[in-house]
Amino acid sequence: MTDERSAPAGAVLVVGGGISGLTTALEAAEVGQEVFLVEKNPYLGGRVAQLNQYFPKLCPPSCGLEINYQRLKNNRKIRVHTMTEVKSVSGGPGNYKVTLLSRPRYINSNCTCCGACSDACQDEIDNPFNFGMDKVKAVRKVHDHAFPARYVLDKAACSQSSLDAILAACKYDAIDLNMQEREMTVEVSSIVWATGWNPYDPTKMENLKFGSSPAIITNMMMERLASSSGPTGGKILRPGDNAEPASFAFVQCAGSRDENHLEYCSYICCMASMKQINYIRAQYPEAPITVFYIDLRTPGKYEKFREKLMADEKITWIKGKVADIIAESDGSVTLVAENAVSGDKVKTKVDLAILATGMQPALDQAKALGVDTDANGFVLSQDEGMISAGCAKKASDVVTCAQSATAAAMKAIQASRR
Amino acid sequence: MDKKYGVYICTGCGIGEALDVDGLSAIAQENGMTAKTHEAFCGEAGRQMIKDDMANEGVNVPVICACSPRVWKEEFNFGPESITVRANLREGVVWSAEKPSDDRSQEVVDEFTNELAQDYVRIACAQAMKIDLPVPYKQETTNRRILVMGGGIAGLTAAREAAKAGHEVLLVEKTDKLGGKALGWRKQLPTKAPWNALEESSIQELVSAVQTDSRITVKTSTEVARIAGAPGAFQITFKEAGTRSEWDAPSRVTVDMQDKIDKGEMEDPNAGYKKYTEANPAAEIVGAVVLATGWVPADVSEFEHLGHGKLKNVVTNAEFEELAKEGKVPANVAFIQSPGGEEHDKDFPYANSVTSMVALKQASYVREDNPDGKAYVLYQHMRTPGNMELFYKGAQNNDGIFLTKATVTGVEESGSGLVVKTKDTLLQEDLNLEVDMVVLGAGMKPTTALAPTVNLSYRQGPAFLDLELFDGYADSNFICFPYETRRTGVYACGGVRKATDMVETIDDACGAALKAIQCIESADHGVSVHPRSGDGSYPEFYFQRCTQCKRCTEECPFGALDDDAKGTPLPNPTRCRRCGTCMGACPERIIGFKNYSIDMIGSMVKAVEVPDDDEDKLRIVAFVCENDAYPALDMAAMRRISLNNLVRVIPVRCLGSVNMVWIKDALSSGMDGALLLGCKFGDDYQCHFVKGSEIADKRMANIGETLGSLGLEPERCGVRQVAITDYDTVSEVINEFIEEIKELGPNPFKGF
Repeated sequence: MTDERSAPAGAVLVVGGGISGLTTALEAAEVGQEVFLVEKNPYLGGRVAQLNQYFPKLCPPSCGLEINYQRLKNNRKIRVHTMTEVKSVSGGPGNYKVTLLSRPRYINSNCTCCGACSDACQDEIDNPFNFGMDKVKAVRKVHDHAFPARYVLDKAACSQSSLDAILAACKYDAIDLNMQEREMTVEVSSIVWATGWNPYDPTKMENLKFGSSPAIITNMMMERLASSSGPTGGKILRPGDNAEPASFAFVQCAGSRDENHLEYCSYICCMASMKQINYIRAQYPEAPITVFYIDLRTPGKYEKFREKLMADEKITWIKGKVADIIAESDGSVTLVAENAVSGDKVKTKVDLAILATGMQPALDQAKALGVDTDANGFVLSQDEGMISAGCAKKASDVVTCAQSATAAAMKAIQASRR
Repeated sequence: MDKKYGVYICTGCGIGEALDVDGLSAIAQENGMTAKTHEAFCGEAGRQMIKDDMANEGVNVPVICACSPRVWKEEFNFGPESITVRANLREGVVWSAEKPSDDRSQEVVDEFTNELAQDYVRIACAQAMKIDLPVPYKQETTNRRILVMGGGIAGLTAAREAAKAGHEVLLVEKTDKLGGKALGWRKQLPTKAPWNALEESSIQELVSAVQTDSRITVKTSTEVARIAGAPGAFQITFKEAGTRSEWDAPSRVTVDMQDKIDKGEMEDPNAGYKKYTEANPAAEIVGAVVLATGWVPADVSEFEHLGHGKLKNVVTNAEFEELAKEGKVPANVAFIQSPGGEEHDKDFPYANSVTSMVALKQASYVREDNPDGKAYVLYQHMRTPGNMELFYKGAQNNDGIFLTKATVTGVEESGSGLVVKTKDTLLQEDLNLEVDMVVLGAGMKPTTALAPTVNLSYRQGPAFLDLELFDGYADSNFICFPYETRRTGVYACGGVRKATDMVETIDDACGAALKAIQCIESADHGVSVHPRSGDGSYPEFYFQRCTQCKRCTEECPFGALDDDAKGTPLPNPTRCRRCGTCMGACPERIIGFKNYSIDMIGSMVKAVEVPDDDEDKLRIVAFVCENDAYPALDMAAMRRISLNNLVRVIPVRCLGSVNMVWIKDALSSGMDGALLLGCKFGDDYQCHFVKGSEIADKRMANIGETLGSLGLEPERCGVRQVAITDYDTVSEVINEFIEEIKELGPNPFKGF
């Protein structure tokens, strides 16, 4: 989606349309600030759009996103550009010149989301929104609650006959196969980097054997499995054979708090796993669950949430780092660890192992864009014009992201009022 | 507004194929409106057709019968002088249409589907005739100054950031100097990469930045006695700290309490204080408030086995910091994080993760002051989230700091020192540690847990409501919207909201200052703040018919309504969030918005055509929360899940706005039931207006009695909780309700 209205003076550029970028954009715009909001994906909402529920309330993220989208629709100060990334930045605080690059969606603003193109399309791709756990049509609305509500076409994945069928199916002249990559330049007084995070690549932890068995999944995959819009319609089933797991294990700090991977703590994984235990309990009330951890970081108001689970006799908590995971021939896996308190070696065989993979900052072209980062890639607010927010700044939960995103809006307002 | 209507029936997205469009046009005609059709009103050509009618025919109320009102909202906004009304034929009828089955042929299904569509056109026409253009409420003057309560890190930061954005600030601090708790710190936790070393305290820098900022006025040794008024024009009465004033904010007096006071059965808690509505001519005016009154060290005396208050040299972390600031600390010190012994592994109450980090900081004091010093940090769970893990790693590399998980079973005197008894350590043995001093990782208790603190002079009392949900912290219930509390224009930050470190406090304060500015801007424009940001409508009251029942003043989730001595409401529109809970509460039906009123929704309900001779054609009205349940219905439709075609959906701002007269309207016009679909309520409520769905549930329980007395079954009315993600189950929820109605049979008053 590209908003063609002309550029205002003293605007702020918000890079990233996840919960942090969206919050910065809205909070700034509701003070009267002009905003450009650019997002790499074809939809806004970022990582939280993939989550089933938030901890500790176990409420759906789309509830807050819906409000934010309504705020966005009611606010003319925000210009949204999806499928767009920052190519280059020049200038300085007060007058940055930023070149944006938009990839073609191949679907124009005539799209009514009627779905005829998707019905006509014969080609399928691995669904990136569900981490490849199912297939989707190459032309699709990315998910039910996608905003902007518009289809997107993966042209490279389509045969000519599919493309012909898609063109023929659309009654609204919304398919534009000649759409090109486009560049645009915006002048802004400040830039908020809300570029978020990626799940740490689980294959990097060789001992955890991700990929060796479908019984080893990541916490983000678990979110999709538990979600009613996910690949299994919300039923937690083992990928591959769709078996109902009879037992589960969580591997905490899968990559985090580890010098060889992410040296920091990813902040959310303890609570995320406990949240996911709630998903499991709703479907498998009696299934044994083992949690391997270093520390349970559920401080403050999160302690109540943990307390409930600690009372569950079918959950075993083992302080100890998982050393190895072995794929078994019956589809299950065995986790090997040392109990740090007793010193015993532990072997636990389960039907599904969930790796609590950490957060890695997603902005990878920082240096080329003139953005300062720390050694781990988190964006530093380097001066009054370059501002970081949310998980681009530090590993955070959603509440903390919303705080830092609101703070970033303040910095942006100051920059434009200067 | 002189209205001219135009009805635009879209035939795209399957509407034209599924529905008898001529029949729909005829209904517009019956309502005196001309209908036009197009295959895609959302497209350029379709919108141009509407724009042409607006330019040439003077149409200013386009009634667009097409897709859900949630889509193409901006495209169908034709400017401030027009009102767009929507009928949801695509998601609401066609995409969610019943599929033919063995029981019901295509022909029968089509009949039901078309009747549904026809009713939606009727409802939209009725809405168009009753809706009016909102005129924003404008205060005479909007004050742009911001009051910051509290002169610690949070308050100082909020003041400075608001000033940097060009606002005047009034900063009040209870003690005689600025700086707060940080003044007593020897060093501060790391605030920047590489996050591994303690820093010299930066508090003096922050204090002088505030003191030298000409936009900031500082009042020390001062407290806020009361805050009256509303965003854009709060009236602040100050007093000397620690004194009593006749302007102190009065306590909450409920209707029942007032009754007892009047009868002499109860003492008036507010005797001797100025009435809450009395204006203080000496008050200072501000536009918004940042609450940064911080915390006090939490009590640790309940943990008797740890000996605080009994054993010499057992101190809290706050007391230890004082020692460290003043001089040298002892050489052998144990830091206890988790007081539960063998009972539980939680940290001290009000701890959060800060106490873990403070223990690491203080452990390094031991090392700084004593070349051979030994610090033992005993924890159940070391909590150094995010980058603070790097600080933890730094401590692990310090030879004299011993860190272990441990269950501390007791602290005892031993000679001149102390012995700490532990079990379950990482050394796989029970340890008895001989130390000079024991430091307990006490938490940070928010000032709001001790007193109202914000001291609002409001009808609903001086404090934030329901803070027990957050252990007394002035927190928000909303994960996505942490600044949204139940008191518009007052934004909490720092230790009063959460036990946090400095980095988070600074962000939090910066965000709170932004929200304060935003609230002032919104008040100035006469529009609502979150969640109906930018809404220019506001509730208006027809006071001549007010019976002073006080329901609206009691039920408003945001305390927007004060009242006079007789009990007549005194609205404060800039406190209002436009949910309509007052409108739903009013038995006299005297509250309404220009574009959302009792009459408008009532007329929409009555527009539904109710067949009086066909038992298969029951009619059920569903009032559906537009924030969550309505999108759930839309998404069900996108998945082509059939929704029961006996139901007529009317979106509402919040279930709290549903007035019971609409239920009576529905049943007296022969409809067979009324269903309310809204958000989850209870402790983990999801209602964006906090109390709306809960209040609706209570009201419906009461209407049950009323219906019973009329000879109608209370089961004809129901409230169901539907989350936005319940699109896979919402259809079943509705069907189950309708099955219950079918069991009851048609409304016996049908046709009368």
